[in-house]
Amino acid sequence: MKQENSTILEHRLFHGDYRLLKFSAPSIGPHVQPGQFVHLKIPRFEHAVLRRPFSIFKADTESVSILYKAVGRGTAALATVVEGEPVSLIGPLGTGFPMAGNGKIPLLVAGGYGNAALYLQAAKLPVKGVAFFGGRTADDILCVDEFKALGWDVHIATDDGSLGQKGFVTAALDAWLEEQEAGIRGHGSGENCFQGSEKNSKPQRSCLELFACGPNAMLKAVGDRAIQNGLTAWLSMDRNMACGVGACLTCVIKRKTADGWEWARCCKDGPVFNAEEIIWED
Amino acid sequence: MNQMNKPDLKVKIGSLEMKNPVTVASGTFGYGPEYADLVDLNRLGAITVKGICTEPHIGNNTPRTFETHGGMLNAIGLPGPGAQGFIKKYLPFFENYKVPLIVNIWGKTVEDYARVAEIFNDQARISALEVNVSCPNVKEGGALYGTDVNLFRTVVDAVRAKTTKPLIIKLAPNVADIKQFARAAEECGADAVSIMNSYPAMAINIETRKPELANRTGGLSGPAIKPIAIKLVWEAAKAIQIPIIGMGGIYSPEDALEFIIAGASAVAVGTASFTDPSTAVRVIEGMETWMAAKGIGSVAELKGTVQA
Repeated sequence: MKQENSTILEHRLFHGDYRLLKFSAPSIGPHVQPGQFVHLKIPRFEHAVLRRPFSIFKADTESVSILYKAVGRGTAALATVVEGEPVSLIGPLGTGFPMAGNGKIPLLVAGGYGNAALYLQAAKLPVKGVAFFGGRTADDILCVDEFKALGWDVHIATDDGSLGQKGFVTAALDAWLEEQEAGIRGHGSGENCFQGSEKNSKPQRSCLELFACGPNAMLKAVGDRAIQNGLTAWLSMDRNMACGVGACLTCVIKRKTADGWEWARCCKDGPVFNAEEIIWED
Repeated sequence: MNQMNKPDLKVKIGSLEMKNPVTVASGTFGYGPEYADLVDLNRLGAITVKGICTEPHIGNNTPRTFETHGGMLNAIGLPGPGAQGFIKKYLPFFENYKVPLIVNIWGKTVEDYARVAEIFNDQARISALEVNVSCPNVKEGGALYGTDVNLFRTVVDAVRAKTTKPLIIKLAPNVADIKQFARAAEECGADAVSIMNSYPAMAINIETRKPELANRTGGLSGPAIKPIAIKLVWEAAKAIQIPIIGMGGIYSPEDALEFIIAGASAVAVGTASFTDPSTAVRVIEGMETWMAAKGIGSVAELKGTVQA
């Protein structure tokens, strides 16, 4: 974890209303693990006392990049920053995604620009599985070519049907799982995975491992499916944060313990949690 | 800066010697380790850790904080590992640092306050105790002890009886007369007072018509409250001889100097650590530079020099 006086290297429209921001970050970039985030002090937004956390989309030895959309006062202010402008970053922060278990076929599930948090994981995972991207419209489906270029089989669902299958991304995931079990269609290694189970017995879904980032309702739906099917799912949780480093205890969620529950910090213990650990509220 | 002109930043809070007058406000700096990668902890005059009571405490539901114009609301509700948990889990970390450690304590009852003070009195690594009688977010005790002067005296007396460590009482800002509480602390044997805790406040979401905090109300901190804190420090300084640790919205060396001129002997950086973890160190350096440039030899020389 380092605080870096960074410079904006690139700021441009990326897709639809989504923008890409690239920062110089030689002390942060080389240490980034998939699923981690940077905590950013938005320039010229002086009446705001808090930084804003952003999932790291890409990182290299000299820089980190994020994807964002103007959804509130902070991100609206962020949209006005220009290349060359100084900006303070803290990162890389949080506990990101683990590698998939041995012999597991990874599935990625993302809502909207949640897939920004999955890109480094997609690049790092040695086995390329299937990615499911959902969004309201085609404008909310990002990075398809980039994930395909990494070797992932990308499935798309939109609420309005303007791209891919119409409906929620979890419906696309369900449909794929059913097809796999029915043996209608196989994805390379996924097919082997299912075929490996005893003939005439129920196909083994336990060879799959899920990695997800997106809105809460989607994460909960993915987590519920995983638990019902005996799969491991790693969910990147998004909560409002203040300090970002584990000190203030703002961004806590309830995590199961042997004898009940405890507060776990999304900024430090997460943002990535095993779905089995999470106690959902609201 | 010539070595000869280097101002003397040392201050004393009871028997606690701080090499500079800057600590961090309880609750904004965790228990210390959280910021160790980002801040050279040994540069600080002292570290003040998050409030601890006798037993582990779960704290409030979420949302626990909400950003406002020039500040933030918090109603964290003092979650923590309890006294023994703190000793086991966090105290060993400080063996590798020489920075003085101020432990903030609170209780649900007067007996709780006394008990936690007693437990920490045996811990050599703890340099001083700061008593939170003014948390706006805990139903039991908390704010009540800070706003009723008789209860306030009971708590300070009880804690004083159980500790020989320097004792700092953190005052509530929402009282009719801060001087009354500052004097009571002094009379009950406190070594210093901290002024101020966050100010009770509220924000409502107009779409849901619900409060922004699960606790409904919280404490306002940040630059928005600095002028309130300055006034309270100025008033209290005229009433007591013991040192005041001034806090509330300090973001810059200038803010800290303003507190000293108002009458504080030391200051604490709070919410600003969230904005920029290096604020406290920047404040120390800036104070030193400003004092050297003005030919002010020590903090004591500047303290309480307001022309009012």
